[in-house]
Amino acid sequence: MAQIRYVPLGHRMSSRMGRFLDTMSHFPPYRWSMDVARRLGVTGRTLVIAVPWIWLMLFFLIPFVIVLKISFADTRLGVPPYTSLVEWGQAGYLQLKLNIGNYLFILKDSLYFEAFLSSVKVATISTIFCLLLGYPMSYGIARASPSWRNTLLLLIILPFWTSFLVRVYAWIGLLRNNGLINNVLMGLGIIDEPIVMMQTDFAMYVGIVYSYLPFMILPLYSNLEKHDNTLLEAAVDLGATPFKAFLRVTLPLSMPGVIAGSMLVFIPAVGEFVIPRLLGGTDSLMIGRVLWDEFFSNRNWPMASAVAIALLLVLVLPIMLFQYFQAKETAGAAHR
Amino acid sequence: MNQNRSFFLLTVLVLGFAFLYIPILSVIAFSFNESKLVTVWGGFSTKWYGVLFDDHQMLDGVWLSLRIAAVTACGAVIIGTFAGLVLARFGKFRGRTTLAGMVTAPLVMPEVITGLSLLLLFVAFAPLPLVPDQRGFSTIAIAHITLTMSYVTVVVQSRLSTMDESLEEAAMDLGARPAKVFLVITLPIIAPAIVSGWLLAFTLSLDDLVIASFAAGPSTNTLPMMIFSKVRLGVTPEINALATLMVSTVTIFVIAAGVLMARQEKTRQRDAQMAAATAGVLPQP
Repeated sequence: MAQIRYVPLGHRMSSRMGRFLDTMSHFPPYRWSMDVARRLGVTGRTLVIAVPWIWLMLFFLIPFVIVLKISFADTRLGVPPYTSLVEWGQAGYLQLKLNIGNYLFILKDSLYFEAFLSSVKVATISTIFCLLLGYPMSYGIARASPSWRNTLLLLIILPFWTSFLVRVYAWIGLLRNNGLINNVLMGLGIIDEPIVMMQTDFAMYVGIVYSYLPFMILPLYSNLEKHDNTLLEAAVDLGATPFKAFLRVTLPLSMPGVIAGSMLVFIPAVGEFVIPRLLGGTDSLMIGRVLWDEFFSNRNWPMASAVAIALLLVLVLPIMLFQYFQAKETAGAAHR
Repeated sequence: MNQNRSFFLLTVLVLGFAFLYIPILSVIAFSFNESKLVTVWGGFSTKWYGVLFDDHQMLDGVWLSLRIAAVTACGAVIIGTFAGLVLARFGKFRGRTTLAGMVTAPLVMPEVITGLSLLLLFVAFAPLPLVPDQRGFSTIAIAHITLTMSYVTVVVQSRLSTMDESLEEAAMDLGARPAKVFLVITLPIIAPAIVSGWLLAFTLSLDDLVIASFAAGPSTNTLPMMIFSKVRLGVTPEINALATLMVSTVTIFVIAAGVLMARQEKTRQRDAQMAAATAGVLPQP
């Protein structure tokens, strides 16, 4: 019998908890409450399911219903700053007041429409750049020798662990008129006067691609790493050039990873607020910024809610696409 | 041909990593800059660290954010482990699709939407008993738990799906009840996933600006909110010093956790192989 030298993380604690559970099961109040639960038809299984289910119902789904409700309200001065939808009429009837003015305004006012359009455009372009940079990087990591692979992966994940705000802030130091890039270029004599990069669309794109690159690389890597190399060898043996083998074998097989990564970049980028606010110009119209200003500056909560619902409608299709592929990937991992 | 490919991949990797790391390194370098002009080198100095440690407002923000992050990480780990267990092990049940959808949606949902919806919930429920009528610590923690439990769930679920179910079945066959099987068999095996889930939830909470801004009351200022308001006014060397401290702490923790887990995993695999060999079963390649 092999001697077990190794004690898993928290093993001692868990076996102590197991013993505690054994003692508990002989303790009368515990037994009685279990009997009551059994008679009510509540099993331990139901209780375990109930914990995350109730939490998410309460703090994820119900809030959306409230946003939907308030988007049909009107603003008023006071706390809370919106009217209620249901009121007791004078004759004692319940009156339902739905105000679709917020939605009509979004459709009519060109500001909102343009903001939506430019958010989708910015997110699309950023996703493409993330893919162009992220695909070869993930491919390179997946093809690296196993000893290198973990280090490279750790280096991808590390920025993800460090503060997002700090990383955006870092770019301000690089891109400013008297920032590092301009100083280096002028020092080398390549340019005579600083290139204006801060508060432009360029800075915003750099910030988004930089912040979301790990989100593209990680799902792509976990897909590419699973590929069977013999398939490529077979393709080459059958006369395909390496490039053609890549196009016909690797690329189609990696599509779930490409879609998962692209959605992980695209969806949050559409609603991005911090990067456009810090790096983009004052005229950069992003819907996340519009929503933020509507809420914090104008204190128009119903309008902000309507913008949020509209944004959600724009994103429903990408989110469902992401969930579909996510479910497929996890199912694939389970059957492995 | 193959060499061309390797060369191309190597170039992209080097450029990509330079892109990822030059900004962070420049922040660290300039935190030791004597000059107040952040991008002009005026000699080595640690004076900005002194300025940072004299800034009591900022330190209060750090302390508040650390406490929120600790509460968030513990809450997210408990609920996220439940969710991961349910999704990976409980098979089909009514409401499974809803649960799976609700778990993955916060991962991609734009923060402005999550933040707004949670704030409206807190405002709508404020008149009810047991609900904090002042927004602050507790509302931010609830919002952060909701956001970060999804990440914990994904980590735990993927760990469980790669884990051999036969161990749990064996314990069950030997007469252990499900709760005991979970505590004695499952929990120790998924412990690394729980630890990394805890760290992930902690850092995500420490980092979040948008959701915290919505969920916080007017008098609550978390660290990211303070950084944001300072950065909006321009670059200050004090932030560089703070950023350097944050980056180096995280780096040390992540590397230490990585090394520790790799070692544990290696011993675990070796033990499993030895056990299999003693039992007369050939170790799996």
